[in-house]
Amino acid sequence: MPPAPATQPGSWRFGSVEWLALLLLLLVVFRDPLADTVSDPRLQTWTTVFVSVLVQAMPFLVFGVVLSAVIAVFVPRSFWARALPRHPAAAVPAAGLAGVILPGCECGSVPIAGSLIRRGVTPAAALAFLLAAPAINPIVLTATAVAFPGNPEMVAARAAASLTVAIAMGWLWLRLGKSEWIRLPRRSDLDDSSRARAFWAACRHDVMHAGGFLVIGAAAAATINVVVPESWLQGLAADPVLSVLVLATLAVLLSICSEADAFVAASLSQFSLTSRLVFLVVGPMVDLKLISMQAGVFGRRFASRFAPVTFVTAVVVGTGVGVVLW
Amino acid sequence: MLTLLGGAILKASLTDVYLRYVKEGLRPFLIVAGVMLLAAAVMTLYYDLRTGTAGDGDPGHAHHEPRVGWLLILPALGLVLITPPALGAYAAGQSGTALAAVPADSEFAPLPPGDPVPLSLMDYASRAVFDDGHTLAGRRVRLIGFVTAGPDGQPMLARMVLACCAADGRPIKVGLTGDVRVDAPADTWVQVVGTYHDRVVKDPVNKADVPYLAVTSWQKTTAPRQTYE
Repeated sequence: MPPAPATQPGSWRFGSVEWLALLLLLLVVFRDPLADTVSDPRLQTWTTVFVSVLVQAMPFLVFGVVLSAVIAVFVPRSFWARALPRHPAAAVPAAGLAGVILPGCECGSVPIAGSLIRRGVTPAAALAFLLAAPAINPIVLTATAVAFPGNPEMVAARAAASLTVAIAMGWLWLRLGKSEWIRLPRRSDLDDSSRARAFWAACRHDVMHAGGFLVIGAAAAATINVVVPESWLQGLAADPVLSVLVLATLAVLLSICSEADAFVAASLSQFSLTSRLVFLVVGPMVDLKLISMQAGVFGRRFASRFAPVTFVTAVVVGTGVGVVLW
Repeated sequence: MLTLLGGAILKASLTDVYLRYVKEGLRPFLIVAGVMLLAAAVMTLYYDLRTGTAGDGDPGHAHHEPRVGWLLILPALGLVLITPPALGAYAAGQSGTALAAVPADSEFAPLPPGDPVPLSLMDYASRAVFDDGHTLAGRRVRLIGFVTAGPDGQPMLARMVLACCAADGRPIKVGLTGDVRVDAPADTWVQVVGTYHDRVVKDPVNKADVPYLAVTSWQKTTAPRQTYE
C-alpha cells in the first residue's frame, strides 16, 4: 500500500487509504462472528477454492507481471521489430511458437501480451502468443503426458490443436480485427525518467490491475465449483456432440490453471477423448478468470468479441483434431 | 495493499497453511511472489517519499491504482482473517472418486514390510481395484483419512487428491465394511486398520470404482500436516 500524502487532503488516494484502515479495523473487531458465518460447509468450500485459486495463480501472475514490466521498461521497441518477421501474417505463427518458451499458466500471459502490444508488437502476433503460451509450454505438456499415461497422443494433439487455434485467431485478427477494440489503459508512468522507478510502477500497476480481475474470475470459478455438482454432468457424457459442448463449457466455467487441467480431464473418464481434448484446448484460452482479466487489460469491447470467437474456434479445431485421431 | 497481500502470502507459505490450498512444490514460488509483492510495495513507498508528494505535477498519477485492484484485499483478508480450512467431506461428497485417473495397466510392486503397513488411500484403492487385491492379500493395512458419508449413508474413508490447487481437488474414497463399524461424524480424521475386502461399488457421481476395506480396528487421529494426497 503506497502511503497517502497527508499534504493532499481530498485526493482520491487519501480517501481510499482511510477506507482501508477503517475496513481493517472493523474486520479485526468482528473477526470471530465473521469466521462463524463461514462455518457452513458450502461457504467453507467456496472460500477454500476461492483462496486456493488465487494462491495458486499468484506466483504465475507475479512472474508474468515482472516479465511484462521488463518488456515494457527495459526491452527497447526496436528489439521487437527485429525479432519478429516484418510481415504481420508471418509474425503470427512465430509469436505463437514463441509461447513454447514461457513456462507458466494463463494468468501470467495476459499482462505480457498487453505489454507486447504496448511495445509496438502487432496485436495479431501478441494475441497468438497470448493463446499459445499457456497451452503449449513444456510444463503443461509434461503435465498432460503424466495425466494421460495411456494416451501419449493426447500431448501432441493438445499442442497441435492449441497452436492451430492460436495462429488461426491471430490471422483472423489481421483480417477482421479493429485496433480500436483494444483499449490499453494509458500509462503515463512508463515515460518516467527513472527506469527502476518505471519498472516498479509497472509491476505494481499490473498486479493491482490484472490481479483485481483475477479475483473476480476466481470468485466465479469457486461459485461454479460449489454450485454445480459433478453428478449433473454424468448423464451428458454418453452423447458425442453434447459431451464436447459440455466439457467445453465446463472448461470455461471451472477456470482451472492450465498446468492442472490435464489431471481434471483425465479424471472425467466417462467422457470421450475428443471431448476431453476440447476441454484441454479451450481451458487455457477462454475461461472466466481470463475473460475477466482480458476485459481489464485490453478493454471490454475487445474481450466481448475475442472470447466467444476463440471459444468457437477452439471447439471446432479441438473436435477436428479429435475426430482425425480417434 | 500490496504489503497486505504479499505479507499474507508469505505468512501462509512460511507456515503450513499453504498446504491447504496448493501442492507442496509451489512453496518456493509462493515465497518469491510474496517477496516481490513486498518489494514492489517498499519501492513504491521509497519513490513516493523521495519525491515528496505523490502528485508531483503528474495528473495521471492518481489513476495508477486501478480501482479493481482493491478486490485483491479479499483473498488477502481471506488468508489472514478467515484462513479457510482444507477441503473436506462436503467437497468429497460432491465429486466422484479420482481413482479413474490411474492407468489400468501399471504394475504393482509388493507391499513394503510392516504390520499393519501404512498405505495411502490412492495406493490401496488402485491395488484393490486394478490388481484385484493380489498384492494386498494376507496383509493388514493402515489408512488415514477423513470420514464422509457414502451413497448408502454408511461412513466412508476419503482423502482429497490435488493436481495443482484445491480448485481441482478430487476425493479418493474407500468404503468401510467388516465387523467393526466406524462411528464418527463427517470430517473426523480417523486411522483405520483392516484387510482387503473384495467388495467394489460404483461411485454414483462418476461411476468409478470404490473399493472396500474390512475394518478390524479404528481410532480418531489428528489431521496430518499435509491433508491432501
